Amino acid sequence: MSETIPKPRPLATPVTQPFWDALREERIVVQQCNTCHKWVHYPRSRCSHCLSDDLTFLPVDGAATVYTFTVARQPTAPAFADEVPQIITIVELTEGVRFTTNLVNVAPEDVHVGMAVTPVFDHGDDAMTLLRYRPI
Amino acid sequence: MTGLRGEAAIVGVADYASERVFTGTRHFSLEQWADLSGRALADAGIASSEVNGIVCVGDVSESAMFHPATIAEYCGWSLDYAERVDLGGASAVAAVWRAAAAIELGMCDVVVVTCTGRPKPELPSTAPQPRARTVNASSWMWGSPQSEFEVPYGDIPPNVGFAFYASRYHALHGNAPADHLARAKIAADQRTSACLNQNAAFFGKPITPEDVLASRMVADPLHILEIVMLCHGGGSVVLASKERAARCAKRPVYVTGCGEHLAHKTPTYSVDEIPRTPISYVADRAFAMSGLKRSDIDMVQLYDCYTITVLLTIEQSGFCGAGEGLALVRENDLSYQGSFPCNTHGGMLGMGQAGFAGGLSMVLESARQIRGECGDRQVRKHDTAYVTGTGGIMSEQAALIVQGA
Repeated sequence: MSETIPKPRPLATPVTQPFWDALREERIVVQQCNTCHKWVHYPRSRCSHCLSDDLTFLPVDGAATVYTFTVARQPTAPAFADEVPQIITIVELTEGVRFTTNLVNVAPEDVHVGMAVTPVFDHGDDAMTLLRYRPI
Repeated sequence: MTGLRGEAAIVGVADYASERVFTGTRHFSLEQWADLSGRALADAGIASSEVNGIVCVGDVSESAMFHPATIAEYCGWSLDYAERVDLGGASAVAAVWRAAAAIELGMCDVVVVTCTGRPKPELPSTAPQPRARTVNASSWMWGSPQSEFEVPYGDIPPNVGFAFYASRYHALHGNAPADHLARAKIAADQRTSACLNQNAAFFGKPITPEDVLASRMVADPLHILEIVMLCHGGGSVVLASKERAARCAKRPVYVTGCGEHLAHKTPTYSVDEIPRTPISYVADRAFAMSGLKRSDIDMVQLYDCYTITVLLTIEQSGFCGAGEGLALVRENDLSYQGSFPCNTHGGMLGMGQAGFAGGLSMVLESARQIRGECGDRQVRKHDTAYVTGTGGIMSEQAALIVQGA
């Protein structure tokens, strides 16, 4: 038997923990700045618009469209060999923030920029949940 | 004498108290960077949005490289000047004069120099220790946003990121087979020049645009023949004062325009709508500095890690309008003998990329062409060149305009 290469998994930090905790409960939270009121993602200790340190996680529904995508025809790392062809995507949420994600339950040739997609919560056995997307 | 004219000033300061034993909450170096900078900007009464230069000193320990772009993305800064100084205990002072010089040169107006020195969080005991580097990403350590939010989804540089730019470009500006053939023509035209460069990895091996599209798909829409091949090599360049240059043996090649810009490390967080790239901020400034117009340029030598990089750089440097890059490529011969000479040494797509020397090859080729030393691939009119460099995933770009004496 060949040795299985472990997939790189996210490791939360004290600042990002609420985001991952929410995903585990199949909720999505994004930071909003209480000073300039803009949305911020990935989670930060200071706002990426005004550098304020007054940020709050707020719930969002995760509705998004495909901003751009590619189909990895060769694995981007050996650990992803079993996912090829892997659809790697940037999605844009209604709030304007963007997530890096994967599209699932869709054929690569059916993906196009601008298509509406909805969240899929992919629970790992390491207590982390990846946020993937599928067509509506 | 030339030197600083005393026209740049220190206007804000901040620090943490020195503590023999740190008892507070630990933060990553990126978080410390943002926090200290925020305090110094508050002291200065300057808004974060006014920052357009940074000099990094010491480590951003969550990343192996690309510290300026990582900081810019985290803090939301759109920068026209960035560097990392590596001069040990002299770094902080060295960073300050560089900041002053950059301001006096007109590269930027507000520069932040920050040095972090508090301990970082310790890896939780439940995490794999040490965390093995299993992927080819520069920021793979705990606390790196890329490690946490991109890598787990297989978004591992660089193919994926450049494919993101290419996909969206084609979705906006033309997704027909002919549009992809035009992108492929960039690699084919450069190969024509590489065929006359004995130092090129692909010397004597012509290809057609159809060959490029028939080659293996790596990350849609990018094929293996439009992605640089890594190779071994090296390069070096020497600059001197005008007075000294005048006494050198060969035709001096003056740097008469320059610029740089960066704001993100990972395309997902680009503050500009993809496919807008940093060079769109740079080219006008470089041309204004040089006093030249686009039509005065005899050749372009553009960082070409991928065909899409060349396409976007031609277009967003202002050699044609937005969305017109594919038409420009279709209507011009980009080889050394053509109407739009581009990467006349073959570029990295034709030569191979010897690490950072790949980016220097555009400078060397410009100097050799301007001196008239290029033999069979000599461009007929060879007095001026526009040169670009690209780092990360369209993260940072810089331009030079060089002119023969």
